[in-house]
Amino acid sequence: MERLLDIENLWVKFPTRQGIFDAVRGVSFSLGRERLGIVGESGSGKSMTGRAILRLIRSPGMVEADHINLDGENILAKSEKDMRAVRGQRISMVMQDPKFSLNPVMTIGEQIIEAYRLHSKASKADAHAKSLEMLEAVSIRNPERVMRAYPHEMSGGMGQRIMIAMMLIPNPEILIADEPTSALDVSVQRQVLDIMDRLVKERGMGLIFISHDLNLVADFCDRVLIMYSGRIVEVCEADKLHEATHPYTRGLLNSLPRLDAPKDRLEVLRRDPAWSEAASVSGRV
Amino acid sequence: MNMLEIEGLNVWFGTARDRVDAVKAASFSVAQGQSFGLVGESGSGKSTILRAITGLAPTWSGKITVAGQPVLAKRSKSFFKTVQMVFQDPYASLHPRHSVDQVLGETLYLHGFKDIDARVVKLLDDVGLGQKFRFRYPHQLSGGQRQRVAIARALAPEPTLLLLDEPTSALDVSVQAEILNLLVDLRQEHHLTYLMVSHDLSVVGHMCDSLAVMKDGEIVEIMDVAALRRMEATHPYAQHLLQASV
Repeated sequence: MERLLDIENLWVKFPTRQGIFDAVRGVSFSLGRERLGIVGESGSGKSMTGRAILRLIRSPGMVEADHINLDGENILAKSEKDMRAVRGQRISMVMQDPKFSLNPVMTIGEQIIEAYRLHSKASKADAHAKSLEMLEAVSIRNPERVMRAYPHEMSGGMGQRIMIAMMLIPNPEILIADEPTSALDVSVQRQVLDIMDRLVKERGMGLIFISHDLNLVADFCDRVLIMYSGRIVEVCEADKLHEATHPYTRGLLNSLPRLDAPKDRLEVLRRDPAWSEAASVSGRV
Repeated sequence: MNMLEIEGLNVWFGTARDRVDAVKAASFSVAQGQSFGLVGESGSGKSTILRAITGLAPTWSGKITVAGQPVLAKRSKSFFKTVQMVFQDPYASLHPRHSVDQVLGETLYLHGFKDIDARVVKLLDDVGLGQKFRFRYPHQLSGGQRQRVAIARALAPEPTLLLLDEPTSALDVSVQAEILNLLVDLRQEHHLTYLMVSHDLSVVGHMCDSLAVMKDGEIVEIMDVAALRRMEATHPYAQHLLQASV
């Protein structure tokens, strides 16, 4: 398979008063034109992995890797100025919380148009039309009104769809989606996933889908990396996630309530210190 | 006896051109000791119902009865002793500069308890945190621990009706399991009645006895959990929601 992105031995470190904290510890994986899921609890390093790819981790945080290759080019060697041509245009990221990711003092329309015009030479009228089209594509019912509205007037679900519209409008090669649907309802979740799915297929995009929702990832992705305390503990095909063998993955699966299998008490995950000591599994193909 | 009765509840925001009818003619009742779920998509008005009950959404009409007492525009002190609410986001619902001890102590003081010290200790034990968390600040706690503090604060006035607004949606699945187990235990120990809002049907299926499905501010279907498990919804939207969540 063609490798859009290839990461070898990625570390993310933060100096603290208690010494250096390793948020990501020696993770390797590659991404083709596929949907790659990264699952794990909060604090497992999955979001940090996503941010490290875009070099969004700021000093004093440190990113180290043997290489992060985007189409064969090591992006760690790029200057900050060259990175700006990568961010948004070649690799785009949908963040977790629309409340903190949208500008509260700009209307939605202005923000989407800005995102589009930054990377293309389109006229304002074209950008406006394109924005409307994109909002419709993420199934927003009344795009004209939404364009004039401010972020605080939107519900969480709408905010997230606006974010997705904004990130997809420059047509990137790789989309990193960090919990893109955790603020959405099940019915809307499906729609948003279908939109992302269509784009991955139609435009041949690579998708890194970061989520804590195991069932969703099993359902939606092609391949899954399971992370625990900064390392990959297991790699598996998404449709075989329910046959996963690592005790951590099993524990997560068992702690979910299920409609078809009611029980009085939910199982609580028992953590084994050996999990965080074991070497990281490679997710390269 | 019904712990909570809601009849023809309307809640709206804004006036004239900007008026939004968030809840339209909602009616349901929750029996003493029952656990009732409200499900629906965001913007369907499920949280607004909770906010109208507690007085956080002041523009409502209709009839709300809590433990046989009709709720008036001005809520009495005894109302807040009976009804307490746990909010969605434990990162936002605790005062960042108040320690756990202050949070619980202040609530107890406001409700006129005298033996505050002993009660704070008991509350922390009840929610499985223990003494060592008593003088910590919210930023020194994990999400699950914060939600436990929020639950302890809600339990402080010894309420009989707990309103739970997506209590686990901001938490990891492993922590969600702990909090849901805690809520099940507390309900048994303290004979509580729950009104729980969630977008996760499997959580509602685990926690509740019956549920109402909401869409665009209206309750479209009320069913029990057995019917939910058999996937027997009659309203097309409820069926759609069931299918989407499996």
